[in-house]
Amino acid sequence: MTQMLYGRGVVKSYGRTQALRGVTVTVAEGEIVAVTGPSGCGKSTLLLCLAGILRPDAGEVGYRERRIDGWSETARARLRRSDFGVLFQFGQLVTEMPAAENIALPLLLAGARRREARTAAMTWLERLGIAHLADSRPGEMSGGEQQRTALARALVTEPRVLFADEPTGALDSLAGEQVLGQLVRVAREQQTTVVLVTHDARVAGYADREIVLRDGVLDPSGLGLAGAVVAG
Amino acid sequence: MSMSFVILGLLSAGPLHGYELKRAHDQRMPQAKPAAFGQVYASLGRLERDGLVTPSGHDQAGGPERTAFGITEAGRAALDGWLGEIEPPAPHVTSALLTKVTVALLAAGEQRARTYLSAQRHAHAARLREYTRLKTEKGIRFADLIAADYAIAHLNADLVWLQTTLDRVADLRREVTQ
Repeated sequence: MTQMLYGRGVVKSYGRTQALRGVTVTVAEGEIVAVTGPSGCGKSTLLLCLAGILRPDAGEVGYRERRIDGWSETARARLRRSDFGVLFQFGQLVTEMPAAENIALPLLLAGARRREARTAAMTWLERLGIAHLADSRPGEMSGGEQQRTALARALVTEPRVLFADEPTGALDSLAGEQVLGQLVRVAREQQTTVVLVTHDARVAGYADREIVLRDGVLDPSGLGLAGAVVAG
Repeated sequence: MSMSFVILGLLSAGPLHGYELKRAHDQRMPQAKPAAFGQVYASLGRLERDGLVTPSGHDQAGGPERTAFGITEAGRAALDGWLGEIEPPAPHVTSALLTKVTVALLAAGEQRARTYLSAQRHAHAARLREYTRLKTEKGIRFADLIAADYAIAHLNADLVWLQTTLDRVADLRREVTQ
C-alpha cells in the first residue's frame, strides 16, 4: 500500500508539558486509522501535527513522501485547503450561515464560483441525507445534524485525507453512529484516508487499525483504552 | 426456557408445524444459533403438556404427516407475562474472564495475568471490529443491526473492564496471593 502520511520521532511540548515524546507512525492511502489512548496521551496533538496545523518541536512529518513540517504556515494552509479535511467535536460551523453556505465555504475560499460551490454543497447535503437542512442555520439543527453538516463541509473539497478529532464526542450514541457510519461509508467509496482520534472503543471499531498512545509515546504493549492494535 | 417463549411468540401470528417453526426461528431471531429440530419438538411437547399450545390441524403435503400447533389463551397469557419480566440486571461477577485472571495470578504470577488480559483484549477488539463492520454493510437488516449493537455494547464493557484490570493487576495480585 502507498504511504500517505508519516511522522518520525515527532516531539511536541506545550510549555513544560511534553505532549509527544518521539512518535513514529505511518498511515497508508485509503486506510482508516484510529488514534486512541487515555486522556492527555497526546492523540489530538499527533493529529494536529500530522495535519500540518501544529509544527513539531523535533522530528519529521510528511505527506505523500514530501516532508511538510518545515513548510511555511502559508504553504501548510494551502495544503490543508487543497488536500485535507478536518472535523472536530463541535464548533466549526459559522452560526449565521445556513447549512448549504457553510458547506460551500471551503470551495469559495479556494476560489470556486458561487454557483458551482452551491451545487457541490447541495450534492453533499443529499449524499448525507440532510438536503432538507440546506436553509437551516446551525442553531436550528440538532447536534447530529450540525455534525453531519460539518462532515459535508469537511468532504466538499474531496480531500485525500480526513482528520477527525472525537467527531462524535458531543453526540448521543445513535446520532454518533449516523455520523460515523456516513464518514466511513464515504471514505471507503472515495478511498479517502482517515485519521480518527477517539478514546472510545466503539468508535475505534470503525477503523481498520489503531495507533495507541500512552504518555506521549506509542503504547509499548500495543494496547490502550480503546483496545488492541489489530492489523487492517 | 426462552425457546418456549420464542415458539409462543412465533405462534402468536398463526399456527405452524415444527419445521416451519424452526425455519421461522432461524430467519427471525437475530444472530441466534439455528434451532435444533429436537429442541423445537421437545419445547412443543412441554408447551402442549402445559396447555400453552394445542394441535390445530395436520397436513401431509407429499411427505410424512405433520401437526401444526396454535397458541392457546393460556399460552398468550404466559407469553405476555414473560414479555413483562425484567431480566436480572446482575453483573457477571463469575465470568470466565474474572476466574481466569484470578487463577493466573494464583498459579502463574502477575506477568501471566497481564499476558492473558492483553491477549483477551486483542480478541475482544477484533470481535468488536467485526460487528462494527457488519453494521456498516449496505442493506443490513434492522434485526441484525440491533443484535450487533447489543454485542458491541457488551464487548465494549468488557474492554473497559480489561483495561482497568490491567491497571489493577498488581493490587489484585497482592490480595489473591496473601
